Amino acid sequence: MKQTPLTAKHRALGGRMIEYAGFEMPVQYTGLVDEHLTVRSKVGIFDLTHMGELELTGPGALATVNFLGCNDASQLQVGEIQYTCLTNERGGIIDDILVYRTEQGFLLVVNAANTAKDRAWIEQHLQPETELVDRSGELSLIAIQGPKSAPLVEEVLGLSTEGLKNYTFVEPTYKGVKVLLSRTGYTGEDGFELYFPNAFAEELWDAFLAHGEKYGVKPIGLGARDTLRLEARMPLYGNDIDEETTPLEAGLGRFVKLHKDFIGRDALQQQKEAGLQRKLVAFTMIDKGIPRQGYPVLTLEGEEVGVVTSGTHSPSLDHPIGMGYVPADLAKPENEIQVQIRKKLARARIIKGRFLA
Amino acid sequence: MSGKLLYTKEHEWVLVKDNIVRVGISDYAQNELGDIVFVDLPSVGDTVEEGEGFAVLESVKAVSDVYAPVSGRVVAVNEELEDSPELINESPLDKGWIVEIEVDGPAQTGDLMNEQEYAEYLKGV
Repeated sequence: MKQTPLTAKHRALGGRMIEYAGFEMPVQYTGLVDEHLTVRSKVGIFDLTHMGELELTGPGALATVNFLGCNDASQLQVGEIQYTCLTNERGGIIDDILVYRTEQGFLLVVNAANTAKDRAWIEQHLQPETELVDRSGELSLIAIQGPKSAPLVEEVLGLSTEGLKNYTFVEPTYKGVKVLLSRTGYTGEDGFELYFPNAFAEELWDAFLAHGEKYGVKPIGLGARDTLRLEARMPLYGNDIDEETTPLEAGLGRFVKLHKDFIGRDALQQQKEAGLQRKLVAFTMIDKGIPRQGYPVLTLEGEEVGVVTSGTHSPSLDHPIGMGYVPADLAKPENEIQVQIRKKLARARIIKGRFLA
Repeated sequence: MSGKLLYTKEHEWVLVKDNIVRVGISDYAQNELGDIVFVDLPSVGDTVEEGEGFAVLESVKAVSDVYAPVSGRVVAVNEELEDSPELINESPLDKGWIVEIEVDGPAQTGDLMNEQEYAEYLKGV
């Protein structure tokens, strides 16, 4: 099992360690609900060093990014970030990633469990004059998320975040070394992600905890990371999206640019023209019970038509919520469906938008 | 009910009074599960088999079965848990009790652990 430079810190903080994507990671410290609510009301810090960072440089870097991803990176300026999906020939999602346009080229931030797969896929499809470097092993990543994240980041790094818009980044120096700070996250709150050499991991982690004390900062485990993203209706790779689902089915159509060529384009074009068979929806439970990944979804008449891909008891709403695939004609806000929870059927209502107001 | 708690290897506790066995989960178990947000209780009158899951506890993250330490018939369920599942976290050995099972004849508790034995057992978990 791989460790991050912060594993000892997590243990010292009482983190309950689990294996995730081959890494030993904290699933929670004080408790999932407490951590979740801390991010919603104050600020939390996350060790996300397990995420992969793949760098593409050279004259063919843009062509490679654009050939592999469904979004169009050609208009990205240095300092801007774009969400995209790597898609296979069938339009299925190999991974959902962030693309950072740097001065040198592109930094692709990929899901931890997919780093090796993505690297192999990209290598296989490198356009001429392109170099791929896997920087996952040398870079640490700390996320700072929550309404108090901006003042905390400003204090620790000694800079202003006022002009730093969502999905943009800067590369300030920390102790003479260039780091990367982006206004991004996976919680639905204002927040930042900071990439830097492993050697600074412990001191930066401690600095965020020390400076954040007055804001009520807490370390946040993977458990709350999952409930935070689900409330924000952000898909999780492996749950809500995978190689058998397409960005169109997953409601990610705004990131699919069919005017350019990329792997999977024809399949997605065809799917769009034929009309979607199924769609990923978000729902809130009407009856008692918590939906979980893999539970069957049925119509009110009792016909099994889909499956739950993510579900939990929302800590913010104190109410069970979920996401899942249903036939397209059923996938409309306010429509009612049923979820089979063990031996019982429980009604749920499809919602529009995210779970939080 | 009063008396001495006995523990199973699956971290349930039982309290025996005559042929009524009250069942809950241990402090260790509630701590492992984290904040319990939903309890799926059996119905009074249900029959349960020793070793079979008869109730489900859900934390935000996980779903866990509670296994019957004895065979018998459910004669009472802790209905307060429906609206206050957190009672299991706050008071696992008392207010967080889950069910009472009526057994035929004297309850077979010979292979259950007493407090000291359970404490020893936890060291090896």
